[in-house]
Amino acid sequence: MTTTPTESPEAATPPPGSGPAAKTATTATKVPQGHRRLLTRHDRLTLGLMAGLPTFLHVALVWVTALASIALAFTTWDGIGFDSIKWVGLHNFEELFSNNPQFWPAVEHNIVWFVALILIPTPLGLFLAVQLDKQIRFSRVYQTAFFLPVVMSLAVIGFVWQLIYNPDTGLINSLIGANEPGHYIDWIGDPDLNLWAILVAASWRHTGYMMILYLAGLKGVDPSLREASALDGANEWQTFKNVIFPTLRPTNTVVLVVTIIEALRAFDLVFVFNKGAEGTELLSILVTNNIIGESSRIGYGSAIAVVLLVISLAVIIPYLIATFRKERRA
Amino acid sequence: MHLTPSGLSVPGTSRRTLLRGIGGAAVLGAGVPLLSACGGSGTAADPKTVTVGSNASDAVPKKAFAEIYAAFKKQSGIAVDVNTKDHNTFQEQINSYLQGTPDDVFHWFAGYRMQFFAAKGLATSIDDVWDKIGGNFPEAMKKLSQGEDGKSYFVPLYTYPWALFYRKSVFQEKGYEVPTTWDQLIALCKQMQKDKLVPIAFGDKDAWPAMGTFDQLNFRTNGYDFHVELMAGKVAWTDAKVRKTFDLWTELLPYHQEGAVGRTWQDAAQTLVSKKAGMYLLGSFVGQQFSNKADLDDLDFFAFPEIDPAYGQDTVEAPTDGFMMSKAPKNKSGAVKLMEFLGTPEAEQIYLKADPNVVAASTKADTSSYTPLQKKAYEMISGAKSLTQFMDRDSRPDFTSTVMQPALQKFIRDPKGVDSLLSSIERQKKTIFAS
Repeated sequence: MTTTPTESPEAATPPPGSGPAAKTATTATKVPQGHRRLLTRHDRLTLGLMAGLPTFLHVALVWVTALASIALAFTTWDGIGFDSIKWVGLHNFEELFSNNPQFWPAVEHNIVWFVALILIPTPLGLFLAVQLDKQIRFSRVYQTAFFLPVVMSLAVIGFVWQLIYNPDTGLINSLIGANEPGHYIDWIGDPDLNLWAILVAASWRHTGYMMILYLAGLKGVDPSLREASALDGANEWQTFKNVIFPTLRPTNTVVLVVTIIEALRAFDLVFVFNKGAEGTELLSILVTNNIIGESSRIGYGSAIAVVLLVISLAVIIPYLIATFRKERRA
Repeated sequence: MHLTPSGLSVPGTSRRTLLRGIGGAAVLGAGVPLLSACGGSGTAADPKTVTVGSNASDAVPKKAFAEIYAAFKKQSGIAVDVNTKDHNTFQEQINSYLQGTPDDVFHWFAGYRMQFFAAKGLATSIDDVWDKIGGNFPEAMKKLSQGEDGKSYFVPLYTYPWALFYRKSVFQEKGYEVPTTWDQLIALCKQMQKDKLVPIAFGDKDAWPAMGTFDQLNFRTNGYDFHVELMAGKVAWTDAKVRKTFDLWTELLPYHQEGAVGRTWQDAAQTLVSKKAGMYLLGSFVGQQFSNKADLDDLDFFAFPEIDPAYGQDTVEAPTDGFMMSKAPKNKSGAVKLMEFLGTPEAEQIYLKADPNVVAASTKADTSSYTPLQKKAYEMISGAKSLTQFMDRDSRPDFTSTVMQPALQKFIRDPKGVDSLLSSIERQKKTIFAS
């Protein structure tokens, strides 16, 4: 026990078991605030539970499982009984990097996913946000229309787009007559087409998401800035480029992070579309295909999950460092 | 609880045990619906009930099984508590299901898939059941129900053949004849193409139908024994014989429906229904897609043509579905009785009445009510020298699902890359079979 006044009541609570005797003793040493008396044993129990239970759940569900899958990545295991876990060192990774014909395409597609989301729906979302920000007529209707796909589950979006892409009976092929032998377009099965077909569906949803983020950012732009640039004689494009866009910097950071996350967690749409067949392989789907099933390859699937984890960390850690540095400076 | 000298347990009277009992009852009461929802039954053994884990989530089989259980209750007085799960979900969760608190008896498939769980100690051997029902089945079915240790683990209920399906009216109208050799098949395909028909309907979006084509080509080309060894991982996929199978496939592929990887088997079946396709290589469940009775009566099939005269058409692919008993059934005697009942011709007949797309596994079942298609299927299976299951039932499912399914889809798309594909399959196979 120190006599220096502490700000947080927890830090000042006596060690458990010190009892009422300790309490009177500390009051005697005259701690300035009356915090301690507010914390009865009941309060401490409540606080302990409030902090302890979430901590326990977090550790058990996030850290233990993450660490367990890292450990399992160095084993082979069919998921039946713990005695069938065999240590194999780096074998799973060697196998993955050199022998799995789906692994490198999967990494590539995750990257393509990110680049495509940044290049197409993001500028499109920004464009829509800028237009809607001008308080045009029916602005709310447009806003709702563009945002609607975001509310839908990706699995549902997958079903909807299948009706459009189905090579035999789908909307596109029926309209352009590409479901006849000879000039057949296989949107789902052709590896040169299917990833792009899915990306269109993913962009359809992502545009609305980006639009809302940018719209929120634009609402925060100080109107006097616009006024000032108008007084300086800047046209609309110049105002946007030199005045508005630079003020959207925090929004851009959020957009970048959200898009990276979307690219790494891409799964549902593809799984519904064609289960990650040739042309649409993704890391998340490889993990699922190896782990779920009758005689699973849990070790191998975990190795793929670890690769996904490493990629995620490589993206997230620099971001967190940059954010914390900024906060410290502030 | 205190034990009396006689060994009988007498409930203690202390407050604590009383409370424990109440608490336990409360936990059980709350736990039972939860447990049964996730696949197990938490109740203590009730001698009058047997629990069954079922993957028969489709309406037709679900009703058919319910009728079997009703007949069983009438005969034995034992009720069957069925826990039905979505067909695919059941398969995906089978691992954890069998390790948790599984039902006494569960639906499953014959072949390697059955042997795998038997070898892992997740099923009870039922030799005593087979002593009673053995006479109802042909030798091939008996063998199919045995684990690697030679004990029986499985009661087969029904089976269905894979073959080339076609419409009688189309063949009549165009004057086609059923091909029995490879050359005749190719000639027929060419003729169909001239007649503006898709020779062979094909949909491989679900990735398993292509396995069926491979199976037919491989055991016709290289014989049953080679096929079995290949499936068991004992022969290399780079073997010249396998290459031969793929060469023949490359020859046949241009006559298949275009864009197969983007099409489900149901959509492919529709091209046969609408007479746009001449033939379709699939299991007899293709009949489920013929919703019109007249169309279904028009459906017929023939065995995949001979490729090597040494093997002729002696092998038939006939996946068999049935039942297994979990590792520690709560009501073992009841489960045994149910298994015995399921192995009787009566049970099979009840099932077949409701689902006429399959045939009985038993030779004793009454075939008089069979449709002509069922009769033909039955003759084909019972006349076969060897029966195969299906690639994913004859080989390790982890190998077939993670390696073969994508590999065959790749082959269908680009048959020229077969050499590198086969060496890639072989490399991956080695690691999987070694683990």
